[in-house]
Amino acid sequence: MSKEFEVSKISTNVILKIENICKSFSGVEVLKNVNLSISKGDIHAIVGENGAGKSTLMKIIAGEYEPTKGKLFVNGEEKHFSSPLDAIKNAIILIHQEFSLIPQLSVYENIFLGRLATRKIAGLRFIDKRTMKDEARESLKKIGVSNISVDSKVSNISVADKQVVEIVKALSVKPRILIMDEPTAALSLRETKTLFSILKTLKKQGVTIIFISHRLEEIFEIADKVSVLRNGELISTLNIEDSNMDDLVRMMVGRSLKNRFPNKISHNAKEDVLLKVQNASSEPFFRSVSFELKGGEILGIAGLTGCGNSQLGEALFGFRKLKGNVYFEGQKIQLNNPSQAMKHGILLVPEDRHSLGLVLKLSVRENYSLPNLDFLSKFGFIQLKREKKSVLSMVNGLNVKVTNINQRVENLSGGNQQKVVLGKWIVRSPKILILEEPTRGIDVGSKFEIYKFIYDQVSKGIAVILISSELEEVINISDRILVMSEGRITGELKASEATQEKVLALAVKGKEI
Amino acid sequence: MSKTAILDFTKKYGVLLGLGGVIAFFAFESPNYFFTASNFVVISKQSAVNILLALGEMFAILTAGIDLSVGSVAALAGAFFAGTTLAAGGNIFFGALAGLGIGAAFGLLNGILVTGGKLPPFIGTLATMSIARGLVLMYTHGRPIWGLPESFSYIGQGSFLGIPVSIIIMVIAFILVWITLGLTRFGRNVYATGGNIRAARAAGIKIKSVLITVYVISAFFAALGGMVLTSRLGTAQPNAGTGYELDAIASVVLGGTSLFGGEGWVVGTIIGGFLIAVLNNGMTIINISPYTQEVVKGIVIVLAVLLTTFEKEYWNE
Repeated sequence: MSKEFEVSKISTNVILKIENICKSFSGVEVLKNVNLSISKGDIHAIVGENGAGKSTLMKIIAGEYEPTKGKLFVNGEEKHFSSPLDAIKNAIILIHQEFSLIPQLSVYENIFLGRLATRKIAGLRFIDKRTMKDEARESLKKIGVSNISVDSKVSNISVADKQVVEIVKALSVKPRILIMDEPTAALSLRETKTLFSILKTLKKQGVTIIFISHRLEEIFEIADKVSVLRNGELISTLNIEDSNMDDLVRMMVGRSLKNRFPNKISHNAKEDVLLKVQNASSEPFFRSVSFELKGGEILGIAGLTGCGNSQLGEALFGFRKLKGNVYFEGQKIQLNNPSQAMKHGILLVPEDRHSLGLVLKLSVRENYSLPNLDFLSKFGFIQLKREKKSVLSMVNGLNVKVTNINQRVENLSGGNQQKVVLGKWIVRSPKILILEEPTRGIDVGSKFEIYKFIYDQVSKGIAVILISSELEEVINISDRILVMSEGRITGELKASEATQEKVLALAVKGKEI
Repeated sequence: MSKTAILDFTKKYGVLLGLGGVIAFFAFESPNYFFTASNFVVISKQSAVNILLALGEMFAILTAGIDLSVGSVAALAGAFFAGTTLAAGGNIFFGALAGLGIGAAFGLLNGILVTGGKLPPFIGTLATMSIARGLVLMYTHGRPIWGLPESFSYIGQGSFLGIPVSIIIMVIAFILVWITLGLTRFGRNVYATGGNIRAARAAGIKIKSVLITVYVISAFFAALGGMVLTSRLGTAQPNAGTGYELDAIASVVLGGTSLFGGEGWVVGTIIGGFLIAVLNNGMTIINISPYTQEVVKGIVIVLAVLLTTFEKEYWNE
């Protein structure tokens, strides 16, 4: 291990240095004593699993978050950034995964947003379109792009071109450090190549680039150095020549595996196929997905963010248009809306609790009963006593910590909120439970309880589809694992043979051109 | 927690404090005319129409929508009530059926525009507000409908066991809404749809049918209010109910219902409606000009909405 903690060479060339940066969000440590030096003019890649703290670290550098502890030096001078503007003043700019462009405006208007060029005619200031267009064209040319018309509406150009516009916009503040959060996530291979040639041009012009990527092949193509983060700790910073793909994957995944999972019940899956999905597609998220699911089985669907697995879950619940055939207990079924899925006992615990799983303004009681009012009411009237009894049995059964059942769910912790989302489905005697990222943002204790809940369900013969980007979780909980990349299933592994390395290798499997 | 408790309390009972303050002010200004039992009966009668409209409006606002057509629909229902009663030879039963029927039809239209046409409720009901007003003018040829039988005035002017019929209608409507929102499956679905439409859909709720029902209820209550109004006046006026949608919305918002949907208390709406009525009545008694009255009412609405947005931002912190 000690070899991994290689101290980066002290050089006068360091443009950015961070020392012992820590960051916590409501008590959860996201970054722990991170030390990192970035050399001037380097392309520095940051890699790590989902939730490793990459984005948080970048946001701290760009002034969007303030660290809980630690120091930040730019060119050897200590700085305190309390807003992105502070970072921009120091010529540091972050380009987000979600673009900050205004789709209704043209390319040049976006580039000049907030600093429109004007000229005076008869004492009045008018927008100087020609100057702006010329300058925008010039800036595009400088980074070697000639195919984007500055007059196009941003909503009409491709994702890759939007990225280029975003870069040009960022360059307008003449950054010394340009940070990009997964710039290639939505790009095809050819578009990625174009982006890389732009990055190389910028490097020649003396810009330092830090970028986050999930795609390890890319890093070897473009980066000078690479830093690996895991669980909020910086594992190592390496020169790209001194590293290889296997090492990086090993460092990303780590080795520690304590008693975080309950004992698994083995060979619970029944013989008969409960759900059969044939050639399912929902563009642009996933396509040609086929698989079978047996009663009592836990099927993991793993993949990196954006691989389409969560959209697959939503489509199977009728929340998203699905093309292709779905058979339930041998019968072909339609899944046009959630109530159709619910009729077959197919239930979803969504990834985004706040926007899909809960009505935050309502109480625990109301959230719990919402999908269950069909049997908790008679002639349209809610049977309050039955409702109360039913809620209480869920609250006690799942150990949900509430002051009383009329407490608003928005005042509960993440773990307890998730238990309400899970709990509201159990009384419906589900046949298939689709769980999306069931333990995201939840403390270890609650995670354990949720895993136990999953085992309780499958022992009753319920099938579970576990959609998760936490590899450890998928491997330890599932009976069988499908791995998705770029909207396709790239492989299937039995739990017994699955390792994080194998899953990750399938998850980063190259995309088509 | 304590901060939220205080906020919850002020939101729920703030309007009651406001009402108390306004009554105290007018009682001080005009102890002999305003602060008398007979004047409070007058205020209750005056508030009946607005409260009926507000009770319906509350459903739309609870779903994070709005119904701007209630004033025009009230006028249209009143005109149909009067016109059909005359045409049926003075039979108010047919008149009432026609009034409520046209109201419900407009509610259905609003609901279809909002769900099927995917129009924002503000725009959809703005259009039907104009259409309904136009139909009133066409139906009445721009002239009041006169010569209605004695029985026609019963629901607006009559009393039953010494209690004004309009107040009885208002109380029954209140109880119905209270039961619907608090005790039925549909009521829960209304709150859930307004609180988080995506989560409501993910819980298997049929959003479209909830929204259509909501707009039918809103228009139905508007029609009822319009009929009480026409009956009280004893004549159907083509410009009746103009601006009533604003008083209805104001009552709902004053009563603590969030314009963002998902939260609201029917008792609050009643108090809000009463507050508006007290303001109208009191300002007239102490001789504030009708022009100034509008300004004061506007300021009261602004203060109420500021309170809701303040609360919202507090949560977003």
